[in-house]
Formats: sequence, C-alpha cells, structure tokens
Amino acid sequence: MSPLMELEEAYEASRLDDGFREEMDRILRDYVGRPTPLTRAQRLEGALGGMRIHLKREDLNHTGAHKINNTVGQALLAKRMGKSRVIAETGAGQHGVATATVAALLDLECVIYMGEEDMARQALNVARMRLLGARVIPVGTGSRTLKDAINEAMRDWVTHCRTTHYILGSVLGAHPYPRMVRDFQAVIGREARAQYLAAEGALPDLLVACVGGGSNSLGLFTAFLDDAAVRMVGVEAAGEGIASGRHAARFPGGSPGILHGTFTYILQDTVGNIAATHSVSAGLDYPAVGPEHAYLREQGRIRYETATDAEALEGFQLLAKLEGILPALESAHAVGWLARAWSTLAQGSRVLINLSGRGDKDVDQVAARLGYVP
Amino acid sequence: MSRIPEAFEVAKAAGKVALIPYLTAGDPSADRTVELAGLLQDSGADLLELGVPFSDPLADGAINQRSATRALAKGMSLSGVLQLALRIRRSRSIPLLLFTYFNPVHRMGVAEFAARARDAGVDGVLVTDLPVEEGEDYRQILDAAGMEAIFLAAPTSGAARIRSIGKATGTFVYYVSRTGVTGEQELLPEEARDRVLEIQRLTGKKVAVGFGISRREHVEEVAGFAEGVVIGSALMKVVEETGEGDSLPERLVKRFRELLPRERPR
Repeated sequence: MSPLMELEEAYEASRLDDGFREEMDRILRDYVGRPTPLTRAQRLEGALGGMRIHLKREDLNHTGAHKINNTVGQALLAKRMGKSRVIAETGAGQHGVATATVAALLDLECVIYMGEEDMARQALNVARMRLLGARVIPVGTGSRTLKDAINEAMRDWVTHCRTTHYILGSVLGAHPYPRMVRDFQAVIGREARAQYLAAEGALPDLLVACVGGGSNSLGLFTAFLDDAAVRMVGVEAAGEGIASGRHAARFPGGSPGILHGTFTYILQDTVGNIAATHSVSAGLDYPAVGPEHAYLREQGRIRYETATDAEALEGFQLLAKLEGILPALESAHAVGWLARAWSTLAQGSRVLINLSGRGDKDVDQVAARLGYVP
Repeated sequence: MSRIPEAFEVAKAAGKVALIPYLTAGDPSADRTVELAGLLQDSGADLLELGVPFSDPLADGAINQRSATRALAKGMSLSGVLQLALRIRRSRSIPLLLFTYFNPVHRMGVAEFAARARDAGVDGVLVTDLPVEEGEDYRQILDAAGMEAIFLAAPTSGAARIRSIGKATGTFVYYVSRTGVTGEQELLPEEARDRVLEIQRLTGKKVAVGFGISRREHVEEVAGFAEGVVIGSALMKVVEETGEGDSLPERLVKRFRELLPRERPR
C-alpha cells in the first residue's frame, strides 16, 4: 500500500504543477508527434454504406500506438519520485516498447515482463525493446500471457519499490492507476473532439474503440462523456466466440471479482480462480476490464459489444485494402465490429473510430492466418 | 472462539516463540495435508497456516506458486480447504489460520465463507490482497462469526498505517520480513528487529514474522524480538522435492525440526 500512496501523492502534486504539464506537453509534441491526425475514411464509407467515418490516428504516434501517451507521463512521475528504475508488463509489446522508449529518453533503467506466448507472437516488439536498451524477462507461469506478466511485474515492484516505479500500461490495477492512466490518455479525446468539431462542425454520433484493459477507449471517450448525444461502443475480444469459452469478453462472459487490486468484471471459474483467456490479439488477451468501464456500463453511458478473431482479421484487411492503413489487431476489433454492425446504425451516422495502434507487429501473424506463403 | 490467543500464551509461558508452519492445502494431496498438520503439531507447531491455492498468487514466490498450481491441478478449492480444515479439527486442537487471496472468498460470498469456516473450526483468516483500508466489512463479518482477521504490515508501512493495522488485526500483526514475496532468503534484513519493536509499541499487539524465514538462525533471531514466526517456503520446498513419495512425512518433520531454535531465548 505504501508505494501506491507515494504514487498517489506524487500524481496529485503533478496535476497542480505547471512545470510538469509543460514538460509533458513538450515531449508529446516534439517527440511523440502530437497532435495525431483525424483521418476521414472515405473508401471504408463506400464499402459499408450510409456512414461518415473518421479515424483518430493514434497509430501515427512515435512507437506506433497510444501507449506512449501514458508512459511519458508515468516516466516523468518516476523521475520526480526519485526512482532510477522503471518496470512494465506488456501483452502485444506496444506498452513495453513505449516504456523502453521513454526510459531511454529519460535515462531510466528498464525491465519489461512479457509472457512467453506473447513473446512468440510479437517477436518484432521483443527485438525493439532490446534494441532500446530494456531487459525483457520471459514469464513462463500460468497462461504465459499479459495477466502473468502483470503478476510478475507486481512481484518485482513490491520487492524493489524503494528504487522502482511500475509503469502499468492500462486503466487497471489498484488506485491511483486506473484514474492516472485515464488522465494521461485523455489527450486522445480532447484532441479528437476539437478536431472533429473543426472538420465537421458537429460532434460525432458514435465513438468506437477496442477494450482490453481499456486505456485507448477511455482515452477517447472521457472527453465526450458530458456530450449526451454522443453514443459510445467499446469492443471486447470474442476470440473464437463466447460459446467456445475461448475469448476475452469480460462483460458477456465474466462476473464481478478482484484481480490485481481491482474490483471489476473478470473472467473466472466457479470457485474464484482466474480463467484462461484467448484472443488473436495479445493486447486484448486479459481476464479483467478496467473498473471505470464496469462503472460506465452500469450507468448505461457506454455500450459494450464484441468482435471475434475472424471479424478482427476482416477489419484488418478492410482498412489495409481500402485505406492503405495496417491497423493493430487490437484496433481491428473496432473496425471489425463496425463492419458487422453498420447495417443496424441509422443512415448518415457520423462514426469516429479510435485507431489505437499500427499493425506492423501483427503482419507475420496475419499473413500466416491468411495463408500467405513467403 | 479463536484458539489463537491461547496458543501464543502457551508458547510465551514456555519461554518460546510461537511456531507457525505453513502448508498449501492439497499439495501433494488433501490426505497428506491432514496427516502433515497432525505431525507438525506433534513436532512443536503452535499454529498452522493453511494456504488456499489460487491461480494468481501475487504475494507468493516461485516455490509457493508451484505448490498452488499442483494443488489446483488436484482439484483443491476454497470449499475443499474448508473440508480439509474440518478433518484436521476433528482430531486436532491446533489453531488454524487460513492464508488466502480475496477473489475465492468474494466468489463464495464473505458471509457464507465466514459461516462455513467457523463450522470447519478455522480460527483466523489472512487475506493477502485485502488491505486494512478496504477490509472493514470483511473484518466485522469474521468477527461476528468468532474468527480473527489477521492483517499484514510491510517494511514500508508508515506509523499511521501500522496503527490502523493494529486496530483491525486479531491477536497479532503479521509482519512481512522484507519487501517482496514469499520464499527463502539468506539473511534477515537488519531492520526487522527495529520494525517489529516499533509495531509492538504502536499497536500493543503481538507480532509474527513471515516471508523468507528459511534457516534455524532466522528463527532464533526472530525469537529474540517477536512473539511468532512463520515457516512456509522452506517446508513447501520439501513437499515439492518429495511429492507423493512415502518419505514425505518423515522428511517434512525432519526439516521442520531442523529449523527450530536450539535454545529458547525468551
């Protein structure tokens, strides 16, 4: 508890500190490349029919995903707390890469925990982290994916908390992480709202984003929560289908429980052990959803839907062929859901999709699935 | 009523530190855990800490993680642990302290858990991932059922937190000897003594020291300033090495005896 209290204190102090905000804004602008563009997807509109579709281009951030918005903030906090070492978990590798990147930039020792299964399916990102000077530690316990990497990172943190800050990558874990990570990611929605108003002279009707832990979606949604007319859909990973039991859809397939210091919806068995998850995308392959999502769902503010592995692959190909954009398999779930659900939406709906990351890391896996022989 | 206070009094009267061995329930089997519990009491154990295996044991090091995985593979669950506790209780008076994570308890329902644990003869419960700040409802339910909620204090816990822990915890505060997870270690941190004395002073409660107590010298050292000492991974390592082998009871008892203080410093 003491490290969490220390973190909360440092975070609260940073929010009131103009110097902190200026430094963070400077790095996001000059290093990360913010603001990211808002791109209209006209050929996708043509294929789906009757919608106006925009993409918020978090894939164009330095390192290729939204994750770096949060790692910049937390690494600056680590410096302020006098920590010389940062650790992180990673699933798809995007958060690990983003952490290793800012650790290099800010001269922090860096250790990344990654499940062995994820290391195999995201080999490119493993190499990137190592090139950036991070030590990548394989996690071979449990399901050998994101959940187990978080277990190992938390064990490291409680052991070395005096010198180490744990850069948790999503709106998960114990307070203050869910709120702090949301706040660092909220830049996505602040930019997107202003850009959308400037381009369209109105707000979108519908926001769509994939939900693993849920940081890119909350990052986009938060700035629109008070806009009652803007509807929001979070898309969870249905893997091979909810009925198959091989999925990572916590709302339709899970129940309230406690994991990693958070009370939220989790996938668990009848006696309270955490269940195995499956998704084609490592970044969505996690048994708990951020607690604020559970709250916003209960409030009826956000609707949660799912997309299967196959639908995500469909979304991946649609965006590649129609817009010249390779999306991360995570983000492809949002596109895949829209491609399935568009006919149920009102004609002329204005849709804004959060394209949380780029798909270079997934190319080998997708090519193999599609049977491309090298 | 909890048997824990009396166990500490008896140890104190004998001039010794209360010995608290830990066993993961169901590793290598439920029958063996029941048998080992009896043997440990006969070998000088004052309390028994019974671990509820969990899929994601965040507070545990590698030895206890693997032990939990084996127990889960054998089908052990919280319900199974409570049945096992009852089997121990039918023939043994040793106080039983459950060491668990919160999700299985939440899944069963705290009230139902408390009723069933009480009926099984459990005396106290330690939920590793339920901090005192979040544990008041749970503590009251346990209290109403006549069981003790035991809370953890860490080397990094400040005075205000230690006071809150002292108010909420039962007979003793469980002091984690080092920052980190369960498992064996070479040396006890030098600060352990001062920290334990501070906790005793701030809370007026007894203190048991755990996490990393894996040598006789550790036990002897802790006996010099704390009222209780928990021995976990050092025993579970023997279980891991011996597995279902017939020599397990003999080897486990031998290991336990090797860890007991030669002299009784108190």
